[in-house]
Amino acid sequence: MTAPRKSLPVVQGEAQGEPEPAPGGVTRRGFMRTAAAGAAMAALSACGIEDFFRKSFRELSKEDVKALLARLEKKHSAKYGKAVTMAGTPVLPGVEFGYGLDLSRCVGCRRCVYACVKENNQSRSNPQIHWIRVLEMEKAHGVDLAHSEIYYEAAEVPRPGHFYMPVQCQQCRNPPCVKVCPVQATWKEPDGIVAIDYDWCIGCRCCMSACPYGARQFNWAEPALPKEEMNPVTHYLGNRPRPKGVVEKCTFCVQRTRAGRYPACVEVCPVGARKFGNLLDPQSEIRRVMDTKRVFVFKEELATQPHFYYFYAT
Amino acid sequence: MRSLLVLARRATLLAALVAWAPALANEAPAGEAKPPPVPEKPGHFEAQPPPFSPGIFPCTGCHTGPGDKTRRELAFHDDVKFEHDAEHRWCLDCHSNENRDVLHLSNGDPVPFTESYRLCGQCHGDKYRDWRVGVHGKRVGMWDGQKTYFLCVNCHNPHSPRFKPLTPEPRPRRPEEMRR
Repeated sequence: MTAPRKSLPVVQGEAQGEPEPAPGGVTRRGFMRTAAAGAAMAALSACGIEDFFRKSFRELSKEDVKALLARLEKKHSAKYGKAVTMAGTPVLPGVEFGYGLDLSRCVGCRRCVYACVKENNQSRSNPQIHWIRVLEMEKAHGVDLAHSEIYYEAAEVPRPGHFYMPVQCQQCRNPPCVKVCPVQATWKEPDGIVAIDYDWCIGCRCCMSACPYGARQFNWAEPALPKEEMNPVTHYLGNRPRPKGVVEKCTFCVQRTRAGRYPACVEVCPVGARKFGNLLDPQSEIRRVMDTKRVFVFKEELATQPHFYYFYAT
Repeated sequence: MRSLLVLARRATLLAALVAWAPALANEAPAGEAKPPPVPEKPGHFEAQPPPFSPGIFPCTGCHTGPGDKTRRELAFHDDVKFEHDAEHRWCLDCHSNENRDVLHLSNGDPVPFTESYRLCGQCHGDKYRDWRVGVHGKRVGMWDGQKTYFLCVNCHNPHSPRFKPLTPEPRPRRPEEMRR
């Protein structure tokens, strides 16, 4: 609303020079032109000129990335009242991440869901955003989405006759979400992570409709992230605070895993159902799983070729 | 819970140190209250401390020597609900009668509580095999480096090993519940 008001004096100045001024002293065309310019200026000053005209994250030079991260660290430190660090750690050489989830162990306790929320700075409520959704399925039907329930409530889990299948981003090798993004705000990193640049995302949600796993979530409103709950150790492609109107999803905790640590969901799982490691290392936990257990990928028929594997240890 | 345990153990260690102060000059203080750290060797895994009940360890605090070997209901350890093949097993099948602060394998070799996986692995060989390579059980730390294993007994109560049901965290909100 302030933009047109700011531009008014300019309009009047311009109108004086115009050969045929309207009765009010302002031509329609002149008004529209300056109003648009004023709105653009207001938008620019809000987000910073450098950020508006910068290249996409993947095209930035090392110095530019450093400057960008420093700007964002400053901005978020001021906003959340604590020292926020933001890494831009690139892909580790010789690493391709793989994730294993043991369906014979998972008890459906949802500890992973909330550990993920805490680690990755999701919006707590309105909108409530979860990157992991635990499906309760019936043993009688096997892995069958038509007989699954994510809103199950129980005093104790596992409930008799049921098993549980947590679903999060499957980090596909052939990701449909990446194909449909009209602005290339989401892409496949060489270590397997499907990344999103929240500053590049235009919020069209094409990727959400393309994803066969429902793994992508949209910030319908300004994310509700309390200052005291904000995790200040962030990564540009991971858990940094998101603005309203962008899509987000699991990144295998890129801020942790590119620093060598296990993802938060792996460390919190009380039954040890979650396995993580380097697919290129034959001694890694995930390779041991793939070599010795019965492994499947979810919706294999769609040829998405996930980096996320489900398995049965027993 | 764990910090309590550590505190309790530190207190015991302190008490032991005070009591043994004269002997300290030429003797290392380690190994009085908690099992001594085992040097790095093949087949040994860095793991979480065993989840002793507060004040229960060292066992030699009460058991000074070998006890009665006849199988019976215990008067003191009545908090232990024994549901681990109870028909065939009892305390001294795993706990050593000679040195009460250690366990023992079926061949009689002593095993410290920190390496109880070797004892469990005698019967549960398939799980032991999976656990050693990280397929069974849980590890925390670095996926490509230093990590801490969870002992069998950090997740399974050795006296009642079946995994107990958990209370689930709240369900996600339905979209209609998120409308303003």
